Amino acid sequence: MEAAERIKNESKKIVVALAGNPNSGKTTVFNALTGARQHVGNWPGVTVEKKEGHFSSDGKAVQVVDLPGTYSLSAYSEDEAVARNYILFEKPDVVVNIVDATNLERNLYLTIQLLELGANVVIALNMSDELSARQTEVNVNELSRLLAVPVVPTVATRNRGMKELVNSVLLAAGQKGGPLLQVNYGEEMERELAALEKEILSFPVLTGKYASRWLAVKLLESDEALLAELKNYPGLDRLFARRSEAVKRLEAVWGDDIESMLADRRYGFIGGLAREVVTRRKSAEERISISDRIDRVVTNRYLGIPIFLLTMWAMFQFTFTLGEPLIGWTEELFVWLGEALGSLLAIVGAGELLTSLFKDGIIAGVGSVLVFIPPIFLLFFAISLLEDSGYMARAAYIVDRFMHSLGLHGKSFIPLLLGFGCNTPAIMATRTLENKSDRMITILINPFMSCAARLPVYVLFAGAFFGANQGMVIFSLYLLGIVLAILMGVIFKRFLFKGETSHFVMELPPYRIPTLKSTLIHMWERGSAFIRKAGTIILAVVILVWVLSSLPAGVEYASAESILGRIGSFIAPVFYPAGFGTWEAAAALIFGILAKEVVVGTLAVVYGMGEAGLGSVIAQYWTPLSAYAFMVMTLIYVPCVSSIAAIKRETNSWRWMFFAVGYSLILGWIMAVLVYQVGTLLGLG
Amino acid sequence: MSGNVLPLGLLRAGCSAVVRDLHGARGLRQRLVDLGLIHGTKVGVVKNDEGSPLIISIGEGRLAIGRGMALKIMVEEA
Repeated sequence: MEAAERIKNESKKIVVALAGNPNSGKTTVFNALTGARQHVGNWPGVTVEKKEGHFSSDGKAVQVVDLPGTYSLSAYSEDEAVARNYILFEKPDVVVNIVDATNLERNLYLTIQLLELGANVVIALNMSDELSARQTEVNVNELSRLLAVPVVPTVATRNRGMKELVNSVLLAAGQKGGPLLQVNYGEEMERELAALEKEILSFPVLTGKYASRWLAVKLLESDEALLAELKNYPGLDRLFARRSEAVKRLEAVWGDDIESMLADRRYGFIGGLAREVVTRRKSAEERISISDRIDRVVTNRYLGIPIFLLTMWAMFQFTFTLGEPLIGWTEELFVWLGEALGSLLAIVGAGELLTSLFKDGIIAGVGSVLVFIPPIFLLFFAISLLEDSGYMARAAYIVDRFMHSLGLHGKSFIPLLLGFGCNTPAIMATRTLENKSDRMITILINPFMSCAARLPVYVLFAGAFFGANQGMVIFSLYLLGIVLAILMGVIFKRFLFKGETSHFVMELPPYRIPTLKSTLIHMWERGSAFIRKAGTIILAVVILVWVLSSLPAGVEYASAESILGRIGSFIAPVFYPAGFGTWEAAAALIFGILAKEVVVGTLAVVYGMGEAGLGSVIAQYWTPLSAYAFMVMTLIYVPCVSSIAAIKRETNSWRWMFFAVGYSLILGWIMAVLVYQVGTLLGLG
Repeated sequence: MSGNVLPLGLLRAGCSAVVRDLHGARGLRQRLVDLGLIHGTKVGVVKNDEGSPLIISIGEGRLAIGRGMALKIMVEEA
C-alpha cells in the first residue's frame, strides 16, 4: 500500500528543467528554488555534472533538473547535447529558461531554440533589478505576448520573484502544448521546410519523438548529431534523399552556409522582438557601466598583473591567517574528545583492543584529518567568492599572455586555480576547454596544484620542523607545484601535443556583489565532500591501517613486526636516498594514494597520536631536510584515487591514466631524492 | 556605411564596427554565431592591448576573444 501511495505521488510529480546561458544566474535560481535539497551526479555516459533538487508547493512535488549552461542547442559540445537530449527525450513538464535581462538579445537565442524544440517554456527574466541602473526597460507583458509564454521578472540573488516563478511553473505544468513559435526563415527556406515537414509527418516513428518543424530545420542545418541519430531508424532513405536535394537547391542560392542563414534569421527575429520590448534611454555606446569602469582598472595593461597577484595573495592569507587559530581550536576539541571517549570506554570496561581501535585508530586518524576542515572551507569560500563576483573570468584574461608562453591560453587557468581546492572537480572543469590538446595538458598538470587535502601534510611537517618559517615553507611547496606544472606543460606541448591552434573566447560577466547565501552554498557544495570523505574513505582506511598495525595477533601495536610494518619495511629502502626510508613513511605514502590527507591519518594511527601530539613524535623520526623531501614527495607522487578516476573519465583513456600515475611517481621520487641529496651536500642535513 | 572591411583584431579600443563576414572553420564559425556574432551585429572594441586577447562588446555583453579569432571576424568600421 505504501508503494502504491508512492507511485501515485511519483505520477503527480512535476519535472522542471532549468535552461539558460552561462552567467545568466541559473545556478542562483536553482539554489533559490531548491535550497539545500540538492543532489549532484553525472549525466549518464558523459562527464557533465547533473544537479537535481526538489521542492514542493501547494502540495505538489516538483523535481528540478539543472541543465548545463549553454548558448545554443546546436549539440556541438557535450553540454549542449546533454541539454538538448534531455528536453527532447525526457520531455520535462516545464522548462524554465533563465534569461539575463541585461543581455536580452544573446539570451533569447537559446529561448528561440527551446521554443522551436517544442519545450513548454516559462521565462525567468533574471537580474531585472540591474535594468534601471542601465536606464533600460523591458516590457514584460509584451515579451510574454510575442513569445506566447509566461515571463516572470526575477532577482534570484535576492530571492525576488521566486514565488511568482513557482506559481507560473505550476500553472504551465497543467496546460501543455500551446502553439509552437515559428520563426519565419524567408520564402525559399520556408518552401523547403514545408516540403520536408510534410515528408517527416509520414514517419510516425519520428513525429512521436520530435517536433516536425524543428526536425526539418535541423535537417537543413545538417546538424551532425541529429543526422547520426536518425541513421538508427530504418527506412528513412527517402527523407535523406529529399534533404540532400533541398540542401543542394538552397546552396545554389545561399552558398554553402545554410546554417549561418538560419542563425541570421533567428537573430533577425530576436532583433525585431527586442526593438518592440526594450526601451533604452541611452545607446549602448553612451553607457559606461560600473563593470566597464572596474574593468578599466582590473584589466589594465600595467595594473592587471599586480592586482591579480594581490588577489591571489589575499586569498591564501585569508585561508591561512584565519585558518590557523581555527585549526588550534579543532585540535583541542579532538584532544578533549579522545580523552572523554577514553574515560567513557574505561567506565564501560571496554577491553584494551577496543580502546586502542577508538583512541589510536579512529579518533587519532580521522581527527587528524578533520582538524583541517576550517582552512579547507575558507579556501573554498575564497574561490567561490572569486567565481561569483565575476573576477575569475578577468583573472583568466589577465594570465592569458603568460599562459600563451606555455602553449595554453587563459581559460586553462580556471581549472588550475580550482586545483588548489580539489583536483578532482578541477580536472572535470577542463570540459570548458574546447581544444583537445589544451584540455589534455591541463588535466595532466592539474595534480601539481597543491590541493586542500595536501595541506594537512604541509601544516603538520612544516609546523613540526620549521617553526617560525613554516609559512614560507608551505608557500615554497605551492610554488614548487606551480613551477613543475609550468615545466611539464611546456614539455607536454613540445613533445606530446604539438600543433593544434586553439581559440580563446570567454564571456566576461558583469561584476556582481556576491550574496553571502550563494557563496556559502557554493562553499558547502565543494567543501562538504571533504567531510564526507573523512566519514567514509578515510574512516575505512584508518581502520584498515589500525587492523594491519595490530596483526598478527600478539604483535606489539604498530611495530615493525606488524603486517603494516612488514609491508612498509619492504618498500622503505626505495626511499633511503630521499632520507625518509622508514616503514612508517612508506606505509603513509602507500595509503596516501587513496586520499592525500590519509598520509597524516596513517602517521597518526601508526604513532598512536592525535594531531596535537603528532608533531613532536615525527620530530624524532625525520630531520628538517628529510621532512621537506617527504612533503615534496607527497606533493608530486601519484594523484589520489579520485583524481586518477577523474583523469580516466575525462581523457577516456587507460593509457593516459597510467601515464599520469607513472610519470608523477617517477618525478616525485626524483625530486624528493634531489632535495635530500643536494641538501645534504650543502650541509643542510 | 562606407568604411573599409577589415579584421576586427586590427581595430583600436574605442572603435565600433559592424560584422560583415566570418572566416575560419565550421566549428569556430558556429561558436561565434552562438555568441551573437553574425552578419550585421554591431560590436565595439573595449580593449585591444598588444599580446592580450581583445575585449569586445556586443550590446550589454562583454567577450574576451583571442587575437587569432578576432582576425577571422571581418568587420566594417562604423
